[in-house]
Amino acid sequence: MAYSEKVIDHYSNPKNVGTLDKAKTNVGTGLVGAPECGDVMRLQIEVDEESGLISDAKFKTFGCGSAIASSSLATEWLKGKTVDQALAIDNMDIVEELNLPPVKIHCSVLAEDAIKAAINDYRVKNGLPELVAEKRAH
Amino acid sequence: MELKLPIYLDNNATTPMDPRVLEAMLPYFVEKFGNAASRNHSFGWVAEEAVDYAREQVAKLINADPKEIIFTSGATEADNLAIKGVYEMYASKGNHIITCTTEHKAVLDTCKHIEKSGGQVTYLDVQADGLIDLAELEAAITDKTILIAIMYGNNEIGVIQPMREISKIARKHGVLFFTDGTQAVGKIPVDVNADGIDLMAFSGHKMYGPKGVGALYVRRKNPRVKVTSQMDGGGHERGMRSGTLNVPGIVGLGKACELCMHEMDAEAARLSVMRDRLESSLMELEETYVNGNREHRLPHTANISFKYVEGEGLMMGFNKNIALSSGSACTSASLEPSYVLKALGLGDDLAHSSLRFGLGRFTTDEQIDFTIDAIKNTVIKLREMSPLWEMFKEGVDINAIEWAHH
Repeated sequence: MAYSEKVIDHYSNPKNVGTLDKAKTNVGTGLVGAPECGDVMRLQIEVDEESGLISDAKFKTFGCGSAIASSSLATEWLKGKTVDQALAIDNMDIVEELNLPPVKIHCSVLAEDAIKAAINDYRVKNGLPELVAEKRAH
Repeated sequence: MELKLPIYLDNNATTPMDPRVLEAMLPYFVEKFGNAASRNHSFGWVAEEAVDYAREQVAKLINADPKEIIFTSGATEADNLAIKGVYEMYASKGNHIITCTTEHKAVLDTCKHIEKSGGQVTYLDVQADGLIDLAELEAAITDKTILIAIMYGNNEIGVIQPMREISKIARKHGVLFFTDGTQAVGKIPVDVNADGIDLMAFSGHKMYGPKGVGALYVRRKNPRVKVTSQMDGGGHERGMRSGTLNVPGIVGLGKACELCMHEMDAEAARLSVMRDRLESSLMELEETYVNGNREHRLPHTANISFKYVEGEGLMMGFNKNIALSSGSACTSASLEPSYVLKALGLGDDLAHSSLRFGLGRFTTDEQIDFTIDAIKNTVIKLREMSPLWEMFKEGVDINAIEWAHH
């Protein structure tokens, strides 16, 4: 299968690979997917408590090129956004930006789930109620 | 010698045609175009003579009689003809077939077809190394069993099943033995008499011959085996496979067999040294596993899992320069990893992390050097990016995590 140039670029030069200190209260961690399915994404956000903006985002992904590219792109988009703005990121935005073919849409869904999971983790840590994610089939 | 990219290491999928094969075929397209069934003029005689000669070349490679070779369009057709043909021909004797779970789809799906039409099929599990359990095989035989269908060498892991032991069991119980020899014929010595094979399918394009041509070996003596034809028409190939013979293809298959006959031993020795070097270099990486039995294995095949990296993602690191296959079927809509690797009992994680290397006649040491470097670098890079690798390094038990399964 031919990958889009943007997928290849994110795969070759992934942005924001790494690990944030998950013990910090202003860091939210989302771990989604399963090794059996061939995709595991871990996405982390660090929120600047004064401004309320996401000051840093990191990922590590086990998966195909599209999964790596989706998570790399997600971390780029997260930085500088408020948590509420981050919640608005939709998987179809990722599909469009990366030109993902239909069989790879699940990679973008996983990235959206990882963003939501990281935000929820941050919310719970900071005494906010967990957001109930809409159920979707991958 | 300068290294030319991309490198082809997917010879279990198909092999490039040997230029000597092409040369042998060329006259039979335009100049010697006759129909081998035209008995009344020289155009037909020339074609028939070429087919007869190819039949001898093919038979010789597997120590068969030329009359025992039925030309087909490839191994898939030969698999179908053997299994369905025996099922129909021996219906009065029984309706039970024994095969195993790691067979090629051409065998498995044909068996499923048999089940739909009322037959019984036993699918033997394989052991962790990919070999079948002979005691289980014998125990599965009933008074209704008419055929054992066990492949020679596996296309994904290269494991060679014990042909002689299987055929002994088949003989003892008066059951016919069919093998899909597609990956083995032309690569390792295959002798239908010494191996006790009654029917065998194989293909031209896996042994440096053309695509679209293959053969079914059908034993004529001790016992005399017959199959019901699956293609009706002019009664070609002793009534077992109608259809105008693909003369250039058959000439190519014959030439490919002759070349394998002469070069196979030296080639197998050369490729197994190269394969072993590739394997041992890659095994220097931590958490790397060879899939399948390493002793009973085709000399040109290696299947390796790189734990904590995903196969398709791994291939993307070098597939511009190196062509090979992955056991991860992430590209397919099913998202299911290889059924062969799963049959060995591999977890989905290891199955998703596997690469299949198929070396061939034109593989060079320089290509292997380049491949080793490219794969090692990519594995290291992707593991740095893998959350599973990080957990493994931190001593987290990945199996203890409750993963959200899609």
